[in-house]
Amino acid sequence: MDFNYTDEQNALRDTLARFIAKDYGFEQRRALAKSDIGFSRDHWKQFAELGLTALPFAEDFGGLNGNAVDTMLVMEAFGRGLVLEPYLATVIVAGGLIRDAGSPAQQEAHLPSIASGKLMLALAHYERGARYKVSRVDTAAKADGGGWTLSGSKGVVLGGGAADKLLVSANTGKGPNGTGAISLFLVDSKAAGVSVRSYMTQDGGRAAEVRLDKVSVGADALLGPKDGALPAIERALDYGIAALCAEAVGIMAALNEATLEYLKTRKQFGQPIGRFQALQHRMVDMVIATEQARSMATLAAVKADAPDAAARRRALSAAKAYVGQQARFVGQQAVQLHGGMGVVDELNVSHYFKRLTMINITFGDTDYHLGLFSDMLLAA
Amino acid sequence: MDLNYTPEEQAFRAEVRKLVAAILPADISAKVKGGKRLAKDDFVRWQKALHAKGWGATMWPTKFGGTGWSAVQQHIFEEECAEAGAPLQLPFGLKMVAPVIMAFGSKGQQDHFLPRIVDGSDWWCQGYSEPGSGSDLASLKAKAERQGDHYVVNGQKTWNTLGQYADWIFCLVRTSSEGRQQEGISFLLIDMKTPGITVRPIIMNDGEHEINEVWFEDVKVPAQNLVGEENKGWTYAKFLLGHERTGIAGVGRSKAALHHLKDIARTELSYDKPLMEDVRFRDRIAQVELELMALEITNMRVLSAEKDKKAPGPEASILKIKGSEIQQAIAELQMQALGHYALPWLPEALDADWQGKPVGADYAAPLSGHYFNYRKTTIYGGSNEIQKNIIAQMILGL
Repeated sequence: MDFNYTDEQNALRDTLARFIAKDYGFEQRRALAKSDIGFSRDHWKQFAELGLTALPFAEDFGGLNGNAVDTMLVMEAFGRGLVLEPYLATVIVAGGLIRDAGSPAQQEAHLPSIASGKLMLALAHYERGARYKVSRVDTAAKADGGGWTLSGSKGVVLGGGAADKLLVSANTGKGPNGTGAISLFLVDSKAAGVSVRSYMTQDGGRAAEVRLDKVSVGADALLGPKDGALPAIERALDYGIAALCAEAVGIMAALNEATLEYLKTRKQFGQPIGRFQALQHRMVDMVIATEQARSMATLAAVKADAPDAAARRRALSAAKAYVGQQARFVGQQAVQLHGGMGVVDELNVSHYFKRLTMINITFGDTDYHLGLFSDMLLAA
Repeated sequence: MDLNYTPEEQAFRAEVRKLVAAILPADISAKVKGGKRLAKDDFVRWQKALHAKGWGATMWPTKFGGTGWSAVQQHIFEEECAEAGAPLQLPFGLKMVAPVIMAFGSKGQQDHFLPRIVDGSDWWCQGYSEPGSGSDLASLKAKAERQGDHYVVNGQKTWNTLGQYADWIFCLVRTSSEGRQQEGISFLLIDMKTPGITVRPIIMNDGEHEINEVWFEDVKVPAQNLVGEENKGWTYAKFLLGHERTGIAGVGRSKAALHHLKDIARTELSYDKPLMEDVRFRDRIAQVELELMALEITNMRVLSAEKDKKAPGPEASILKIKGSEIQQAIAELQMQALGHYALPWLPEALDADWQGKPVGADYAAPLSGHYFNYRKTTIYGGSNEIQKNIIAQMILGL
């Protein structure tokens, strides 16, 4: 086993830490969250200059050949900064899908644009009523001449408002209750029949409801095999889960630092409140939870690249469920130990807590992934 | 031992249900049930409606204009109000300052203030915590200096709930720095219109303006607004905290919230089936219901045991701890039930007259904010850590 980062990875961490410290102050971030698009295009350009948007792609497409451990470092730093730019949506999830499922022509057409920061994407997959179940898609795709006609609704599409193109999952051989055959289509978000309602999310980010009303796409819009896109979607979401776990760990570490500082400086009854044993033990439990979560986030990053789908499923669901539990504990206790200061908007503690809460809900909550993991015990 | 309601109590419940249904304005209950923002006027209208029926102060003795109801009757009343979607009767006047005025105030204070609380004329808020004095409340620094027939108050209070609407504030102020710090505190009633008072909003984690800082700069307060004796305020404050904690058990409110949670779980779909059929989620609902069932009976036991005492004792801390934990657990499950639809933040959807189209279910918009906001319940009114210290010291003698 080797738990060391490479020199390149250490350099990447330093670069990211400098960027967050310099360009992602609490007030700067607050202003960005309230802005029209909810993030900064200048930051996105910086991401491209730093190579972040190129990280997980092959050199042939302008990428840096990075792996999920590299993106883990990015997401951990982004957690600390509560970064708003749609890196998860564009680079990790949608970029990952085109990289892993796209035809050579599609890869050539889009990956260099993502890597250079010119193209933003979003995966429009989940639908209301499916809850977190990945295999359930009601949006229909009908063969139409050489191309396809798409109709349906997609819910809570992360980064949907900023996306130039949407990766839309649709049913191409519909069985009962949205089962059947799922295919993926690359759809221009300005195409006729596409309506995108973008809104703020609880954590200061953006998501959108997407409606597709008889949207016509050509045969070349099909991404990956017809009727067989589900494994690729699951894999892309697993990269997303690994990234979210890393982001959560970055937030938990930042919350622990803030809470420890508060315990040392806040005085009541003539002494720092950190002298009280009940609070010391709570703080220790938060640190233990974060170390355990970090271990599982590392497992998630390493296994996200694993070709064996069952091993990947087991590790990623374990990580999402477990990190979610630890993040909930650390978030709630960081708020509690800050007292009233923990529930006000003016301190970053409440913002970290809200982001952790939303990370837990995204791509399946603790109960959902515990269920997947638990069900796999039956097969073992 | 009998845990059933008597026929008289059942008849009383029927009467309360009928009357509440008759007098509760429909627009207000729609707001409460939909988790919409409440205006000052909504609280005041409900208080006035209750007062018109003689039910303005169900926790007060009859000689001060209350109903003189038993603990069981009050519990039934609060449960029925919560289930009907009535706004909370805010505790600051009715449950906090009023018992102090009754027990320690002058006849003049009782005659002037109590009727104006019960009829909804005066809105009260609390001036206790300060930036440097939270859990260690007795270290408070806001100073009141006696100058002839009035006090001059200087200092800062914080975590002041809904003071932006208040007519009056009851304050703990330092009138002496001699001896133990608890022995130099006095209890003052201050008109919020007095020159020198500034109210500054503090925005909560849900983006709402619910709490404030209140600044006092050379605020002149007539000496007759001192409650009881100078430097005895700490005794009155402890008495008051006991009353605040009983309300915090919030059994009736939690029952209504649990009811709402079950409705949501029956409506939300998880892979085409109601979420309620997901045993992993349903068990979480069942678990919180067990806690609430136990708390309901514990609450009645504590209240019954206190009938003959002046104020609730340290057992009230048990009610605060369990009550707040249950409120948080229900709020968390309501949010969790929404799945991805817990993410959208639409503050405009909390306006009752908003005509927009909801994102997701029509009940979704307030739930995540409610969960964030309710983290306050284990912090306010004496944090749960402080409540455990009280139990350890006062009940267990540790």
